[in-house]
Amino acid sequence: MYEIIEGFLEAVELIITLDPDVMAISARSVIISFAATIFATMIAVPLGAAINFGTFRGKKSLINLIQTLYALPTVIVGLLIFLLISRVGPFGFMRLLFTPTAMIIAQTVLVLPIMTGLTISALSGVDPVIRDTLHSLGATRLQFLVNIMKEARFAILATVAVGFGRAISEVGAAILVGGNIMASSFMSSTRVLTTAISLETSMGNIPKSIALGIILLVIALGVNLIITTIQHR
Amino acid sequence: MRRRTLFAVATVMVALLLICGCTGTTQPDTPVDTEKQQLRIATTTSLYDTKLLDRLSAIFEEEHNAEVLIVSAGTGKAIEYGQRGDVDVLMVHDRAREDVFLADGYGTNRRVFAYNYFIIVGPESDPAAIKGLQPEEAFTAIREKGMAGDADVIFVSRGDASGTHSKEKAIWKSAGFNYSTDVQGSGDWYQEAGTGMGATLSMTNEKQAYTLSDIGTYLAYKGDLDLVTLVDEGDILLNVYCAMQINPEKYPDINSTIAKDWINFMISDDVQKEIASFGVDQYGQPLFYAAQDDWEKIGVTLAEVTDPVL
Repeated sequence: MYEIIEGFLEAVELIITLDPDVMAISARSVIISFAATIFATMIAVPLGAAINFGTFRGKKSLINLIQTLYALPTVIVGLLIFLLISRVGPFGFMRLLFTPTAMIIAQTVLVLPIMTGLTISALSGVDPVIRDTLHSLGATRLQFLVNIMKEARFAILATVAVGFGRAISEVGAAILVGGNIMASSFMSSTRVLTTAISLETSMGNIPKSIALGIILLVIALGVNLIITTIQHR
Repeated sequence: MRRRTLFAVATVMVALLLICGCTGTTQPDTPVDTEKQQLRIATTTSLYDTKLLDRLSAIFEEEHNAEVLIVSAGTGKAIEYGQRGDVDVLMVHDRAREDVFLADGYGTNRRVFAYNYFIIVGPESDPAAIKGLQPEEAFTAIREKGMAGDADVIFVSRGDASGTHSKEKAIWKSAGFNYSTDVQGSGDWYQEAGTGMGATLSMTNEKQAYTLSDIGTYLAYKGDLDLVTLVDEGDILLNVYCAMQINPEKYPDINSTIAKDWINFMISDDVQKEIASFGVDQYGQPLFYAAQDDWEKIGVTLAEVTDPVL
């Protein structure tokens, strides 16, 4: 118990004094996961819309498959991306392994299924009356899409929040493709909050782990607050 | 009309998002200082967890205007990275596997820069009574007690194909056991951690068990541990660290120049002194010994500890 309290106090100190190490790791975490969420959004929203409004054979199975992939283990994504971008892999020539870019790619792939699936749910959840009204008013295909999107915007926003949450909290893929590197320049390092917590705990630096854990939770809380504020406007 | 403006605004926003997204990914690709060379090293955890490499890479970065990127992994994983051409330099401690790696043409220019010893650590109460025994005798005693069902006797293995794990297997073999049939999975007394040295020591401490550790990591973690050194004598416990570069003939775009610089740096007089004195002020004894002074004792050639790579 003593260890936890002591660790907590030291953690608060690390945060208040803006410990440069801790701040850099936190900033890197946010940047990488935010970039991954943006990319995933740009793919998932159009893809989700196409699946939701499209009529094609195997639509139900496709949605089932996407929902199954919600549970996609992070280490499997990590392994897959590792094999693709490792030097001897098909994209090895790009030399992406152990870079923040690799982590962005892995996290994008990781959150894609859940964001696509939730987009489909968001769009299919739009009141059918609105759809019928739009059709009967003679809306063009584009007008129809824009208006449905407008109706579903809060649910889609929530999807983005879920995607960001999954991206910033995962550790398996980040450590496999990032390598948990602490280099002298910010952009070459690949140590993020989760991988740092894992390392610091294994090295017995419990206060630092607790500090990083608190920051991770605070970031999650902040993102949630922003989303709810927008939704309640 | 209003709808059209709205659509225009949306288009602009999407375009902005795209631009933001693109700059987001291109930034990590282009280092701020393009002059700086990057050196990628895969290292065994013991060199990293003791913070020796942090110290040495800081000096190297200043001298060579380079950036050192260190991936800490067990020797097995480091060798795997090397075989795939994902790093420029390996720093490992498993002579037998290094030899295979070199013979297969993946590595070249091996130089030995440091050594220390493995130790067997365990709880002060020493339930298997191994204190002062030879390593092989100690392993035999732990196994005997463990197999007999003494719940206090547990051995935690690295279990991760690291150099330390290789050494552990070598000791089992030398003690006359077949690792995969007599030891692995032979009972609850033998537990594989599957993780780095520091984490394995923490786990051993929680379970008040026995484990094999390099002395460097043990000393660096000692303050947090309730474990004592029980066995530290025996030729088999020698632990030799080397650096080698990935063969540029196998992977032509490997950064060979900076890799050679690093290897020469490791066997330079200044760094050898640095290695020998590292940790003395903090732990009261060195974590590593310089290889150059004792090449005969550790069974390598003089060339391997002094000849610069060209």
